[in-house]
Amino acid sequence: MTELLVPAEDRRALRKLAADPSPGPRKTDTRTPLQRVGRVALYTALLVAAAGLLLPFFWMVMSSLKTANEVFSVPVQWIPEVFVWQNYLDIWTESNMLVWMRNTLLLAVVVTFLQVLTGSFAAYGFARIRFPGRDILFLCYIGTIAVPWQSYMIPQFILLSDFRVANTLWAIILIQAFGAFGVFLMKQFYETIPEDLSEAARLDGLSEYGIWRRIMLPLSVPAIASLSLLTFTSTWNDYLGPLIYLRDPELWTIQLGLKSFVSNLYDTDYALLFAGLTISVIPIAIIFLLGQKYFVEGIATSGMKG
Amino acid sequence: MTTAAATKAGRPEPSQRRRRSKLTLRNTLLGWSFILPNFLGFATLTLVPVVTLFYMSMTNWNVFGTATWVGFANFERLIGDGSFRISFWNTIYYAALHIPLTIVASLGLALLLNNKLRGVAFFRTAAFLPYITSIVAIAVVWNLLFSPDYGPINQILRAVGMANPPGWLTSSDWAMPAVVIVSTWRDMGYYMILFLAGLQTVPRELYEAARVDGAGAWQRFRNVTIPCLRPTMFFVTVMLTINSFKIFDLILVMTDGGPGQSTSVISQFIYRKGFEENQFGYASSAAVVLFFLCIGVTIFQFIWNKRRNV
Repeated sequence: MTELLVPAEDRRALRKLAADPSPGPRKTDTRTPLQRVGRVALYTALLVAAAGLLLPFFWMVMSSLKTANEVFSVPVQWIPEVFVWQNYLDIWTESNMLVWMRNTLLLAVVVTFLQVLTGSFAAYGFARIRFPGRDILFLCYIGTIAVPWQSYMIPQFILLSDFRVANTLWAIILIQAFGAFGVFLMKQFYETIPEDLSEAARLDGLSEYGIWRRIMLPLSVPAIASLSLLTFTSTWNDYLGPLIYLRDPELWTIQLGLKSFVSNLYDTDYALLFAGLTISVIPIAIIFLLGQKYFVEGIATSGMKG
Repeated sequence: MTTAAATKAGRPEPSQRRRRSKLTLRNTLLGWSFILPNFLGFATLTLVPVVTLFYMSMTNWNVFGTATWVGFANFERLIGDGSFRISFWNTIYYAALHIPLTIVASLGLALLLNNKLRGVAFFRTAAFLPYITSIVAIAVVWNLLFSPDYGPINQILRAVGMANPPGWLTSSDWAMPAVVIVSTWRDMGYYMILFLAGLQTVPRELYEAARVDGAGAWQRFRNVTIPCLRPTMFFVTVMLTINSFKIFDLILVMTDGGPGQSTSVISQFIYRKGFEENQFGYASSAAVVLFFLCIGVTIFQFIWNKRRNV
């Protein structure tokens, strides 16, 4: 079953990748002219690729600083003539951004907390305690990777409607917080911590719960960081879950709110919309830039999400 | 450890056996006490719905929760349903474009970044940024980039001399390729990271040996890089396949299945029948098809991989 995961050697390499910002085979300093040409070609290719990847973002941010008429000017104007910072003030009054942000933040924080807490706790049971049926149970967890959520979203919706949590924020918390993903990522990490440590603690009279709390949790901070970042990002960006469960506009997340803003936008301001989109991307971009290392590590340990 | 000692001694003494079963019981309780908080949520919200799905797909379940057993009638209806057939083939079409394109793009990017260069970290960040950006932001921005008359993409195409650039999302021929371009743009950074890790594991001596034997860059790539990347390639293909079959959000926000039905996919069919038309039973039978499509292809890929490994 481990074949479903990133191959072990890859995982090690990914960890190294996370730690070392400049990977790659070393080249000797003696370069022939041909190699110099190759170098230039390489940089050109990379710059073109980076431009292609970043241009949509650039356009989004620049458009958010334009006037409404400038957004679709022909020929396309990449940099606005006058920077209209006012868009960033207006979007808060012209839409319900504050409510959307609050809901999204609340969901992302609660889901992340539960995912880390229950996930790491269960992972300890899977990684360190032997009992009959454990491996089958874990296989059940892993098996759900290949099952798309869209295939069981209807029975799940009916179930949660019966619990009377549909159209509350609880629904999103419940469907996101107990996924197999957290268990899986934490178990992978725990298995890299030497058994001797817990053995020593056991001899000192620490209970299994104590070992989890006092030894495993502190040692797994990097894994917790990756899991938190990945969970936070995916909850923040989720669209389908909120679309199905959150009918009441007071409960909307930022994604639903912005989508409704687009649909109502026939006569209003596109520049304003771009300001809203940029605001919705900023928190994730900041979190990503701060925790880049942990994102790569999270992929290293699990290789899956999304 | 006690268990190992006991089995080694052959038949364990009665007292030992009792101690062992007591230990097993203790461990079982202990193990479950750790797993239970997560398992309760996981079982209720994932396992139970997955099992219920199969029952629901055989019923005529509507919004009031009254289910009447209809056997395979829903599936027969699916086969005859033109809009399901279109969704099914669109999903396959999307996967057939998206999987190879993403593999080529992300592997290409990984090969470029696998060199010792200044600013590698910057390029890696640039590649990964789309992956963590929300679908709504991506869809809206690209929709406007793609707009036929005033969108920057067609303006650029006209500027480089294309007289009649495609209508993209307004054209039923170009809408799906446009969606594929966006999803490839979004996903390539993620798979690039996986490929980059795979590339780091290729032994450098192999390249040296190939160079000594006079192999050119292309030959080294074909005969050293590709075979060494096999495990990574396998993993990437499996994940990409599953992710392609369940494509939904991007299409819903970008095109809502249109124009006409040219971009409608299975997930969206499920959503529409279930949540918009309240035909839960019928929608579930389409969900069963999606379920088997993903599981089936995954199992097939595993067997294929095993066979080639032997």
